[in-house]
Amino acid sequence: MKNNFNLQLIRESFPILKRRINNKPIVYLDSAAMSLKPKSVIEAVSGYYSKYSANVFRGIYKLSEEATEKYENTRKKVAVFINAETEREVIFVRNTTEAINLVAYSYGRLNIGKNDEVVTTIMEHHSNFLPWQDLVLENAAILKILDIDKNGLLDLSNIEKVVSKKTKLFALVHVSNAIGTINQVKKIIQIVKRINPNCIILVDGAQSVPHLRVDVKDLGCDFLAFSGQKMLGPTGAGVLWGKKEILESMPPFLFGGEMIREVYVNKAVFAEIPHKFEAGTPHIGGVIGLGEAVDYLSYIGMDNVRQHEKELTSYALSKMREIKDLDIYGPMDPEVRGGVVSFNIKGVHAHDVAQFFDSENICVRSGHHCAMPLHTRLKISFSVRATFYLYTTKEEIDKLTDAVLKVKKIFR
Amino acid sequence: MSDLYREIIVENYRHPKNFGHLKKPDVVYEKANTLCGDKMRIELSIDKKTKKVSDIKFSGEGCAISIATASMLTAKLKGQSISFLQSLSKDDILKIIGIDLSPTRLKCALLPLEAIQEAIGR
Repeated sequence: MKNNFNLQLIRESFPILKRRINNKPIVYLDSAAMSLKPKSVIEAVSGYYSKYSANVFRGIYKLSEEATEKYENTRKKVAVFINAETEREVIFVRNTTEAINLVAYSYGRLNIGKNDEVVTTIMEHHSNFLPWQDLVLENAAILKILDIDKNGLLDLSNIEKVVSKKTKLFALVHVSNAIGTINQVKKIIQIVKRINPNCIILVDGAQSVPHLRVDVKDLGCDFLAFSGQKMLGPTGAGVLWGKKEILESMPPFLFGGEMIREVYVNKAVFAEIPHKFEAGTPHIGGVIGLGEAVDYLSYIGMDNVRQHEKELTSYALSKMREIKDLDIYGPMDPEVRGGVVSFNIKGVHAHDVAQFFDSENICVRSGHHCAMPLHTRLKISFSVRATFYLYTTKEEIDKLTDAVLKVKKIFR
Repeated sequence: MSDLYREIIVENYRHPKNFGHLKKPDVVYEKANTLCGDKMRIELSIDKKTKKVSDIKFSGEGCAISIATASMLTAKLKGQSISFLQSLSKDDILKIIGIDLSPTRLKCALLPLEAIQEAIGR
């Protein structure tokens, strides 16, 4: 297979990497929060606004038809990218959070009632935790939490105690945004479905779809949620994928324009999927940009992206393990860890570390990374997080570790 | 920006003044930093006749900016009147720590004063 992974060419396609602050390049290590955007994506978005910025579906004129075609084309590209049965299973939303809320409100409110159980894990981002916490409180259902082991992997040893015949829905993250764990989702789903074949499974793919090959048929999940802005696309355009039969059984989440077939004073007939779930004018430019991002990633090849990030993670972990007074969280095996390295320097607050890094143009996250239950479980209140993507270099990781040493010196 | 970690701030962070607890405080108040959730606890002893601060302590987990500011601020408050505490503003805090801060980190620097003023305001 031809390998299109050329780090130098990749970096040249990201205009922001040419930017200098105080005459120094930017070391961007916060891709788990937001990926940078390649020129092709930026041009696709501006192309929509400058050449055919009409609304979709409504106009019987060329501009609108062009917009509709490009918008729907992204649906086809996404379907191929995640190996969906049909593009009708691809629903455009703002982001992972909205995708999960859609399932919690539409599927959840209809199917999860008193004493039913929902299972999630201790390593979830708040976006895959709070919608379920809220649902169980409202419907008097029960929320159960799957714990992690000392290596930061999901503890499957007593999964039978958490998942049962009463479990209506199991929501789990594919790759942890906070400690990088790559959950063995396919295996976990097999176990869960063996215990309870009727349990619906939602996978939070916010940190997996951008970084490794995700195949919904292979995983065996029922829903997959992910954000475009973390996979080279614009902000505000994300995806909920769901199995056709399940989506068809669900009531609409938002009501309004574009999601109906017929409306009468006393009743309405809703559109078929996916449009049933896309009320109102969507983020057309964003979705078109997402299509371009999918093209970019497909050209590079997701296995190549994963391979590059694995090498970076392995390199970063081995360098950072050498540094004294550094606590590193999550699995130390790069095989089961995405491009996420979270750590604390003993005796130094994460915000102070991040602020010093900023003075060297190193962009990292500090805090609880929207994973407070996980931080509580790890008995810490914050951490510093450096995350990598296909454009990250080993030289940048060297700058990161050099900066860690400088912080240690200042706070010695 | 490395100014930020001038020795005086690092020194006050590593060895903060007035860090700890009072035996019998008159006022106890805890406030969280909205940026990170770090909590700072303020304990005050106030002379009932003179309405002056007879002692002050703070505790909690925080960044260098919030801890150092609390250390340097509390050192200035012993013997001061309640009305003096209430009159302090953002500018006084910036003068005490003597460096420029981004809007997000300003929250860390203002936390001790806000906690103290909310404590005596109740």
